[in-house]
Amino acid sequence: MRLLTHNMLSSNIKGVTNGFPLRIEAEKVVEKQVEINHDFLRNIFPKIEWKAFVDASRILGYAELPEEAPEPSVLESDHEFLGKFHHALLELHIEEGALVCPETGRKFPINKGIPNMLLHEDEV
Amino acid sequence: MWYLCVFYHRLLDYRKPELESLADLFGAFGDRPCFEFDNRGNSLEWRLPKHHHPDSPFHFVDLPSQDVARNVANRSILVKGIYELWGEGSNYEELEEAVKSYPDEQKLPYLTSDSTFKIIVDSFGKVISLQEQNNRIRGLTYIPFKGRVNLKNPDHKFWLIETENDITNSGLPPVVQRRIFFGREVGSADRKLLPMYQLKSRTYLGPTAMDAEMAFLMSNQAQAAPGKLVFDPFVGTGSILVSAAHFGAMTMGADIDIRVVRDGRGPDCNVWSNFKQYGLPMPIALLRADNNLPPWRPGLKEVFDAIICDPPYGVRAGGRKSGGRKLLKGVVDPYIVPDEKRADHIPSTAPYSLAECVHDLLDLAARMLIMGGRLVFFFPVLREDDSGEYHFLEHPCFKLVAASEQILSSRYSRVLLTMVKTCSYTEELAEAARIKHLEFKENHLKWLEDSNLHSSVFSPADVSSADAKIRKESKPKYRGKYV
Repeated sequence: MRLLTHNMLSSNIKGVTNGFPLRIEAEKVVEKQVEINHDFLRNIFPKIEWKAFVDASRILGYAELPEEAPEPSVLESDHEFLGKFHHALLELHIEEGALVCPETGRKFPINKGIPNMLLHEDEV
Repeated sequence: MWYLCVFYHRLLDYRKPELESLADLFGAFGDRPCFEFDNRGNSLEWRLPKHHHPDSPFHFVDLPSQDVARNVANRSILVKGIYELWGEGSNYEELEEAVKSYPDEQKLPYLTSDSTFKIIVDSFGKVISLQEQNNRIRGLTYIPFKGRVNLKNPDHKFWLIETENDITNSGLPPVVQRRIFFGREVGSADRKLLPMYQLKSRTYLGPTAMDAEMAFLMSNQAQAAPGKLVFDPFVGTGSILVSAAHFGAMTMGADIDIRVVRDGRGPDCNVWSNFKQYGLPMPIALLRADNNLPPWRPGLKEVFDAIICDPPYGVRAGGRKSGGRKLLKGVVDPYIVPDEKRADHIPSTAPYSLAECVHDLLDLAARMLIMGGRLVFFFPVLREDDSGEYHFLEHPCFKLVAASEQILSSRYSRVLLTMVKTCSYTEELAEAARIKHLEFKENHLKWLEDSNLHSSVFSPADVSSADAKIRKESKPKYRGKYV
């Protein structure tokens, strides 16, 4: 599971109001190279919840991203930043671990890189 | 500029929508954002050759430039060729006259001595022997070809295409009068993709894996392209996303069945391996999620450029959603999963009616697609009331731009719907969807009974409906998948 996915998901258990961001418990993190695509990064950048994204990248041991979300114009001028953004967004994988609901502590397991977001019967 | 467009003679309903979607993708409608439709919609102007039936493979289409025409044809699946027409006629004398009067400044640049060329003789509705083909090529000496012939890799390809007088008895659309076309090829579909991606050589398959040709058509309808993000909420073995990835899009898929998305049939036979097999970039995310209760964070919207899917509609595979079957039926009281069993608990799921599934899909798409983004999905229709016109679901955020029918049996068809998001998702729409969601949940059983397509498709035939059967066959056979 990439951090892009983490940035899009929340706990949708019935009654939970603040299910985002999910806390990351990473047991196994791998890096997988992905070809950089500028158009894609430009499109997705404004959709990212920056704080959750930076925090998640730090948990995975990657501390190169700025605390504050930069202006979108940086994507055009700063190739170094673009590379870092790309790396954190798409190349860091949580292979095994869990996403934890911040409100209830319910664990959504990540197994073979696939987060299991299905709810139990009593959570629907 | 008008071009001659010749289609492969199959999937007739899919031909024009594919070409129009691609024309839009390659900028035929200018910079106008694709969701700003006027009343005509973003459609092209079409004309038929003299005395041709609308189901004929021969059409004339107005495209803004040769570049657009080439890009569209090369990316398409159903365009046999788009040609700059140099002349047409009912016989060879008329053709010669037409070609001679076609302006030299259009012809000469493609006839120069430093270029190579090839002439292809083709026909529709009959076979022309090799000997006759050569005779016909020799009959073209009135065209001043100066270049050298190169059969393998020519700079320019010229096509001489003939149709027969009356071919009604071959199951083909009636072409009343013989027509001969001569033109220069601008572009043509790369049908080599189909054997390359054919399902029988794919490693990981499921019972409803999407056939390669159809998957490519779906991705063309969705305008999948580099830099775009395409989502399939019923990803299964990934057969639709494979086609989107082939066209350069980033892909993301979800499925409620964890065995399908996570395990497959082992380490070298799963969704990932299907992408690896073709050297395609892996999906950027696969997850297990329920379309009925999608886990997207609040506030997340307008992230996908396209959503393409084949929802489970209960004929070959039934949909499932969260919540126990018995629980929703009211047979058992709500229960709490004990804490010590939570980690390994396997949540039970309940059948998911088509109506609810499509409602959820439209709501998800309305929220998660960018403006101008496309929702492309199959929808089943029973052919009982086969008046030729179907009424599909409507949603305030979407405009339906194409509905292409594929007949599957005498009882039912599936229709590929292409919808473009033209209005943004509002608070009111979200609230209305939430209320509808609860209504579905409360009347779970009723919805299941109402939309039971499986029994309509598989129940024994009613003898008294024999005359209805005749009506069903009224659509010509060639409109189906195979000619």
